[in-house]
Amino acid sequence: MGKRTVLYNTHVAMGAKMVDFAGFDMPLHYGSQLDEHHQVRQHAGVFDVSHMVVLEVLGAGAHDYLRYLLANDIDKMPHPGKALYSCMLNEQGGVIDDLIVYFIATQHYRIILNAGSAEKDLQWMQSHVGHFELELCRRDDLAILAVQGQQTHTLLKSLGDGFITRNVDALGRFECAHSQDLFIARTGYTGEDGFELIVPNQNVLSLWRQLCAAGFKPCGLGARDTLRLEAGYNLYGQDMDEDTSPLCSNLAWTIALQPAERLFIGKKALLAEKERGVAQQLVGLLLVDKGVLRSHQRVILADGLEGITTSGSFSPTLGQAIALARIPKGNYPHCEVIIRDKAHKAQIVKPPFIPFNPSKTQ
Amino acid sequence: MTLPQELRYTTTHEWVRVENDTATIGISEHAQSLLGDLVFVDLPALEKTLAVGDDAAVVESVKAAADVYSPVDGVVIEVNSALADKPELINQDPYSTGWLFKVKLVGELPLSLLSAAEYQAMLNEEE
Repeated sequence: MGKRTVLYNTHVAMGAKMVDFAGFDMPLHYGSQLDEHHQVRQHAGVFDVSHMVVLEVLGAGAHDYLRYLLANDIDKMPHPGKALYSCMLNEQGGVIDDLIVYFIATQHYRIILNAGSAEKDLQWMQSHVGHFELELCRRDDLAILAVQGQQTHTLLKSLGDGFITRNVDALGRFECAHSQDLFIARTGYTGEDGFELIVPNQNVLSLWRQLCAAGFKPCGLGARDTLRLEAGYNLYGQDMDEDTSPLCSNLAWTIALQPAERLFIGKKALLAEKERGVAQQLVGLLLVDKGVLRSHQRVILADGLEGITTSGSFSPTLGQAIALARIPKGNYPHCEVIIRDKAHKAQIVKPPFIPFNPSKTQ
Repeated sequence: MTLPQELRYTTTHEWVRVENDTATIGISEHAQSLLGDLVFVDLPALEKTLAVGDDAAVVESVKAAADVYSPVDGVVIEVNSALADKPELINQDPYSTGWLFKVKLVGELPLSLLSAAEYQAMLNEEE
């Protein structure tokens, strides 16, 4: 038996098919993964993502510590109430994890870590506290719900909660706010507009019920995966890991090499990699022939060089198979993907596969 | 849910409907439920000769690809072309409009085929 989120029994009672994900028994879908995917693209859905780990970084040294620990620069957040996506790198420039850091207050940052890498992340982070004056505080007492889709604003406001309504109107993308018992951030992993809500475990069931009653459709991790893939978001452990650098993972935009005087873990390795030339790139594939792309399929380029798919699935929105693939640097418009020993034609594109969908109320 | 009693089944979740010397083959309700929403089906070529256990077709859901093994010896005489545009027929109606292919039987039916009761007993044990 795996670990369970507070909502485990609720998912089962709602007919969810449960699967193991990062040691947790999580809902894969509640009947149809395709329906849930379309619901988020066309309307709005709610996901239980409480398997992810909330970590507080508290103290006078938190700011300097995070500027040293993270490849993106938290000084891009000029004031509290902002959020930033970043990789956490090892000395070789490989990705230990990707995360979102929220600037809550002076001397208080909140980080959300992937469930599958949280334990090693925490060890790594603890081992680099050194002389920094701070405390790392893991919040297993909190639950996370993601509400995503263009109707999210309207449905959230229909809850009639003053704090939520105010912030649904006020928050820009990658902004956050909190009250005593609710943290709300305009972030997500679907390519749709939406929010992530963090509440104490004892409040999550009532919030989940309110959201479902308001019209958010419960969605499982299956739809979450096809949504993020269409949006061109990497999945840690599949599209990048400790042996791949962000420079060959379509994440160069998250690496803050300036200001030059800021040193962060992995910077030296990235500068050296840039110096000798980044050898690989992460691209999008659109399958032209019939079939379904999966991870770990061979990609053959016109000049005979090869790459490999890192994530692949059927895109419910496009009605064709899509994938992320790591291939040598170069300008390749087409490739062939080997599926069950047969070559299938694919077009090479720059992710995302679908444009970001701003909320209709904006 | 009751299994159609007139069909024979395999331990790998295919079903077979035998009418004279023709066998129609598909995947069971249990198999489609495990796979989830189907999005692509790769069916065998016409006139292909299949032996029991041969890879005959591939069904792919959003989640995974699964091989379909031939439950019988025979030659492919027809495939369900409606599945090219509507693979979801397998989810909606696995024992009827969601059939995969038909073969002209060669020789005897294999003894390993399960009756509905035997297949049901196997599913109960898996639970």
